[in-house]
Formats: sequence, structure tokens, C-alpha cells
Amino acid sequence: MSSPASQRPSSSARRLPIRLDAWSGLTLLIALIVALPVIVVLAHIVMPAGGVWAHLVDTVLGRYLLNTLFLVVTVGVGTFVIGTGTAWLVVMCRFPGRKLFEWALLLPLAVPTYVIAYAYTDFLQYAGPVQSALREAFGWERGDYFFPDIRSLGGAATLITLVLYPYVYMLARATFLEQSVCVLDVGRTLGRGPWRLFTGIAIPLARPAIVGGVSLALMETLNEFGAVQYFGVDTFTTGIYRTWFGMGEQVAAAQLAACLLAFVIVFVLLERWSRGKRRYFHTTGRYQQLPEFRLTGMRALAATLACLAPVLVGFLIPSGLLGYLSVRGGDSLFGARFLEFAGNSLVLAALAAVVAVGLALVLSYGARLNPGPVTRTASWVAAMGYAVPGSVVAVGILIPFAWLDDQINGFLKAHYGVIAGLIFSGSAFILIYAYVVRFLAVSFNALEASLGKVTPSMDAAARTLGQTAGGTLRRVHTPLMRGSLLAAGILVFVDVMKELPATIILRPFDFDTLAVRAHNLAADERRARASTASLTIVAVGIIPVILLSLAMRGSRPGSRARIGRKDKDL
Amino acid sequence: MTQPSRLALPLAALLAGAAFATQASADAVNVYSARHYDSDQALYDAFTEATGIEVNVLEGGSDQLIQRIKREGQASPADVMLTVDAGRLWRAEQDGIFQGVESEVLAERLPASMRHPEGKWFGFSQRVRAIFYDPQDVSADEIASYEDLADPRFEGQVCIRSSNNIYNQSLLASMIAHHGEEGAEEWAQGVVDNMARDPEGGDTDQILGVASGECDLAVANHYYYVRLLTSDNEADREAAERVQILFPNQDGRGAHVNVGGAGVVQGAPNPENAVRFLEFLSSDEAQAIFASGNHEFPVVDGVEVDAVLADWGDFKRDDLNVSVLGENNPQAVRIFDRVGWR
Repeated sequence: MSSPASQRPSSSARRLPIRLDAWSGLTLLIALIVALPVIVVLAHIVMPAGGVWAHLVDTVLGRYLLNTLFLVVTVGVGTFVIGTGTAWLVVMCRFPGRKLFEWALLLPLAVPTYVIAYAYTDFLQYAGPVQSALREAFGWERGDYFFPDIRSLGGAATLITLVLYPYVYMLARATFLEQSVCVLDVGRTLGRGPWRLFTGIAIPLARPAIVGGVSLALMETLNEFGAVQYFGVDTFTTGIYRTWFGMGEQVAAAQLAACLLAFVIVFVLLERWSRGKRRYFHTTGRYQQLPEFRLTGMRALAATLACLAPVLVGFLIPSGLLGYLSVRGGDSLFGARFLEFAGNSLVLAALAAVVAVGLALVLSYGARLNPGPVTRTASWVAAMGYAVPGSVVAVGILIPFAWLDDQINGFLKAHYGVIAGLIFSGSAFILIYAYVVRFLAVSFNALEASLGKVTPSMDAAARTLGQTAGGTLRRVHTPLMRGSLLAAGILVFVDVMKELPATIILRPFDFDTLAVRAHNLAADERRARASTASLTIVAVGIIPVILLSLAMRGSRPGSRARIGRKDKDL
Repeated sequence: MTQPSRLALPLAALLAGAAFATQASADAVNVYSARHYDSDQALYDAFTEATGIEVNVLEGGSDQLIQRIKREGQASPADVMLTVDAGRLWRAEQDGIFQGVESEVLAERLPASMRHPEGKWFGFSQRVRAIFYDPQDVSADEIASYEDLADPRFEGQVCIRSSNNIYNQSLLASMIAHHGEEGAEEWAQGVVDNMARDPEGGDTDQILGVASGECDLAVANHYYYVRLLTSDNEADREAAERVQILFPNQDGRGAHVNVGGAGVVQGAPNPENAVRFLEFLSSDEAQAIFASGNHEFPVVDGVEVDAVLADWGDFKRDDLNVSVLGENNPQAVRIFDRVGWR
């Protein structure tokens, strides 16, 4: 297949508001395909929902809103503080254990929210070992002492923060590593200390990446289902699910989903608007060794502890608890069946990662080539699926494809007397489609941020030297972005491993994954048995996460001999 | 290294995806099951051994399975749907998922109350929504019925799980049937006022709540209690021994029972195998595995009952037609919302 070439220089693109060359066309097409399920769901808005809304508003809607807001605010602040703080420490400071924390801080990423919820519930609940031991040791009775309830809104917010901060950490760290030392040097020359370099220069400069990370965490929070449902916390997502499946009100449920989506759109718009016309290119290629702050004494200890805490609470303790549980009374299907579950999970995750990264590359490059309302809207729309709960995406996909299969089978039956089976809706195709819809934003955000840092002069130079748009992408951008491409793929991979609601609904017949197995057992109140599958999800998820950290380590430009980029203004 | 073509990637994914597409093979029965107990595998193996018919399974939540069968339409591989709640059986039947089955074996083996009049579904096990209490704080003559749970003297003492749970929805649906909507709402309000804590966790957690002293009374399905009693974990067994089980409303209508059941799916590709599967479920051998595997009550007389259940002896069961539980379900959900039962 040939690369679509765009012959006109980009200056003419600015004059025409809408220009449809091959790249924009491709961008639009991808956006449409990815947006299809969301559009199907949103189409329900115009349908009458009957008296359900009055009932919802009177009773539960306020709680859904407040709980969801609380989660968004606490998780947003929590992931920002932990993620950015630890990233700065490991990039800019020297303290004992830094090399270890560099990658260990990513580990909680391998723990799905529902798994950390399963792990901590038994441990911390009233009847669990911690509280029982306290009561025994001090002779307390119920009501004599205060102990935070794990199965609460606060508990959910804490656990969600603990497994989502790596999104912020990863993107913030990548940006701190890629930052040019010159800006920091200027800051130092002007008398800024380490703390003010961090808050006054590094954070504002890293803003696109940090915001990207926090929004990933927030969208993940908005459609978090496993943990909040398990804790009985009512949020928009559990509300949608309940209205849809419990009350059988499909239309009202889809309308709730639309509200959730509106939430996200407003948030994204606010961020874009406040960023205004600022752009964040790196204009210099001077990448000497970053100046590191050597910490000693109490400060070194504090830094070590600050990095240890999230790893300990977000990964080591839950894994240990799960390990203990599965030794005590693990899954009776452990063995061949288990390998099958794990194999299914792995294959699905790998396929989805490849597709999502490929599409994200086209999208982000298309938007770069033709900056304009069309491509911008297209890329937004395409990334929207991330905010839609997995179960809603699943249904949005099922409606058109089940119809299509039905048509095909009806046709075949009428003319040939055979039935082909569920070609689309009963195969892994639909599952991968759903994953791409859900997680395209993950890969897109990573690639857009990375592409945004390559100065447009690079494109101009490449094109002047006779490269086509496709050639520029292949020969210039892809090598520059290799680290980010890998990171994007691994993020999607890990997300797919953990994904639950869509997988439950869409998986082919007689086809189970680790996440489904863990969920089925936990839903049946067999936490000990569920621990084996949960632990395996974590174990399988660690491998790509470690790969990711290794990839990031070598990704600092200038860390090896590299052709310096031209110092050039914009 | 050459960049793989952009179109090749999705194409490869599509092909790989199609490779997963499952074909219903001729000598098999495809079961959509909302049960996921360890003993189920033994059950399927026993069926294959007895008949040579292979069993393929899709496990999932009842509602999702119903939705799925509807969407799959004429091409659905589903032959049999197994679920664990009468409300769900009713809903599936209302959605036209089941086809009527005439089987002499089933008619003979199962009591009439366990059969849909047109053979749309059959019940194969029974579970009781029981009350649990701490014998140190509550004496056995203080509480006798579900209605007592709403009595103000138990303020701050009741543990019961979230209203999102179908077992609670079915319980309230039965209250609506017996007391009318208003009476049921009053009862639900009373229970909410008596809650020891906001509803959290599953049925097991309610029983553990009584064991650890967090509450004096709890509501849960009986088999969760038996699971604790027979657990490998010593702490679970100790906890269960601190708790007493009570079958409510023995002087009146009897304890609220729910059924686990199955039906043959409309348009099943292997209808004969499906019927054979259901008939097999009513055999002594299968009943023993099906019911006892989860410590439930078998529905065929003379089948050996789980040892713990046998110890409890006989008790009175509410003979309310189970389809009422389904009919009243939407009303029940709204009542829960109105009284603020989370």
C-alpha cells in the first residue's frame, strides 16, 4: 500500500478551513469507526425515557453526582501529587534506592482496581485480621475506636489513586527526562532553588504530559466499575449499569452515559481553553547530563520513604495478601485451564495494543499535518471512548454488529439454508474493537504529547529534502518517538489485561480471560479462590511494566550519542 | 526495518479475531450459565461421560446472558441457560428466550412447583434467604420473621447487603406480594432505620458481621453460611460457629425461597441435547452434584441432602409462585431507591 502523499505545502492548508487530503480522510475514517459505538449510545438521548428520570432525580441522581465528583477530585489531586512528586525525585535527585524506584514506582499499574479492592477488603474490614487484632490487643468493642471503613467512598478513592498514579508518574517522568537542561540552567542562574525549579519551571513546562496523565487517571476513575461496585459506592457508572440491567431502562441508562460524557467534554475543553495558545516545543537539542540534587541525611531518608510508600501500599502489600490467600485456598482450576485463560488474556492484549498504537499514530500525525477543526475534532471524538464505561461501549458495539450478523445469517438462511454463525458479534473481532474504542485515548495521548515536542522545523526540513508526509512519519518521527510508541503500546496492553466490563459482555462463547475468572469468583464471594486469577493478572502485567521502565530509562535524548537537533526558533 | 502497512494491522487483528469465532459442533450442548461453582465442572464431565455429548460453557451474570442471547438472535449458539434466581428466570421467559419443553422424565422427576406450566423453565435447586443472629445478644424467641427485622427494638443491629443485589430484590418482591407496595415500603424503611452500617459486601460479609460483633442480626442465603462452616480456613469455621441460623416465618407463610433453574433456549442449535441435559440435571447423580456442590436443597425427593442441611431438618417454605418475584422486581428496585437503601 502506498503512503498517501500530500503535495501541497502546509501554508496553503492554513488558508483553506477544510482540506480533505488522504491523511485527513484517513483520520476522519478512523475517528468515525471508533466513535460509532459512542454515537449509537448517544442516539438514545433523543428517545423518550418515560418517568424514570423523575424517579432518578428524586432519589439517587444527587448521590451519583456527589460521589463521582468526590472521586474525581480526590483521585485527581492524589495522582498528581504522588505521580509528579515521585517522578521529580527519581529524575532529579540522588538518594538510596533511586535506581530501584525508577521502575518499581510503575508496578501498581499492573494491579487492577478491583483486584486491589479484593485484596484489602478482607484485611481491613471489621471482621478482618487488622481490626480483630486491635480489638484483641486493647480489649475494644464495637464503637470504642475509630477505624476508617475500607468499603466506603474514601476507601475507593484511596485505592483507585494508589493504582492510577503511575499514569501521571510515567508521563511526568518521561517529560522531565526529555526536558532540556537549558531552561533549568536559566532558572538556576536566576537563583531558583530545587523546590522552585520544580514548581515554577518543571511542572508548568511538563503540563501537557501531566495533564495527559491526570486525565487518563480521571477518565479511568469515571468509568471505574469493579471496585466501586464491590464497595457498594454509587457512582455514575454503577448507576448506568443498574438502570440498564437492574431496572431494564436502556434509554435512561444511555442518557446517564451521555451525562457522564458531557462531564468529560467540559473537563477537556476547560483544560484546552486554559492552556490557550501556548505550545510546548523543545527548541533546543542540548541534552547534557541533567543536574542532579544529591540528597543526604534526613532528606534522603524522606525521599526514599516517599517513593517506597506508594509501591508498598499499591503493590507489595496487596500482592502479598493475594499470595497468602491463594496459598491458603486458591483456585481449584489452577493448571491447564488457567494457562488457557492467561493465553487468551495475553493474545487479546497484544493484538489490541498493536491496533491501538497504529491508529493513534495515524490520528496524531494527521492532526499535525492538517491542524484544523476537522482533524482536531476527529481526534477528540476518537479519544472519547475512554470516558465511556466499558459496559456501555460494549452495548454500543453489539447493537450494530448483532444486527449485521443477523442480516447476514438471515440472507444465508433464505438463499442457502445455512447459518454462518456470529461472524462479528461472536468473535474476538468485536472484543478487540471494543478495546480499541476504550483505549485509543491512552495511546493517542502518549503519542500526541511526544509528537508535540518535535519542532515543526523537522517536518519542514524533511519535506524540503523531498520526503512525502508518510516518509517523514516513517523516517523522522517514528525513530524519534520509538520510546513513546513502545510506552503507548504497553499502556494499552496493561489496560486490556485489566479490562473487565466489556470483556464480560463481549467475549466469545467458551472463551474466558483471567479478569473474567477473577470477577466471577469474587462476585460469588470466593475471594480466596479469586486470588489466584487476580495474582496472575498482576504477575502477567508486571512483565510489560518492567519492559516499559527499561524502555524509558534509555529514552533520554542525548543519553547516547545522537545527532543533535538544530537549534532553531519557531 | 520497514513500517508495517497501516491497513495490515487492523486486517491482521480481524483475521486473528475470526480465528477465535466459535462454531457450535454437532455433538455438543452449549450452556450459558450464571452459576460458577467448582462442582459445575464435575457436573458437565458426568454428563459427557453418560451421553458422549460435550458441554461448552459461557459463564456470566444472568442479566448479561439474557441480553446476549437476545442480541445473538437466530445465530446464537446457546442451547441451555442456567441461572440462579427466579426473578431472572421470569425475565428471561418474558423476553421470549425460552422455548417450551415436553419431557416425561422432567414431568415425573420434578414437583409441579418447580416446572413452568409450559415447560419454559425448570427449577433444579432451592436456596433459602435466612436470618442469622448472635445467640449471646439475641435470644431465639425474640426474632421469628422478616417483619421483625423492621422492628424499632433492633435499631442499629441489622446487617444486610446492598439493594443492587438480586436476592434482596427478590425478597422485597415477595414482601410486595404479601403486604402490598405500601406495606413493603414501610418494611424496607424500617430495615433501613435498623441498619448497623451502610450496606456493604456480600452475603458472607453480613454473616461475618454478626460473628465479629458488628451487628446482632443479618440476612443472607443459607449456603454462604454452610460454606463458612465447612471452610478450609479455621477462622471462617470459628466465625460461623458463633452465629445461629434461623428460618423465618415458620408460623406463617414460611421462609422465602428462591430457585436455581434452567430452560432450553428458543432456536437452540442442539435442542435434543439440551433436553437431555435438563433431564440429566434431574437425575439423582446430577442433583447430588448440582445441589450439594453449592450446599443447596435438591428439588427431587429422595436425593441425598448435604450433610449440614440434613442436620437442620425440615422447615416451612413460602410457596409463593416464583414468577411473582420477577413481576414485582422493577417495583422493588424503586422502593429501595425511595427509602434510601443503598
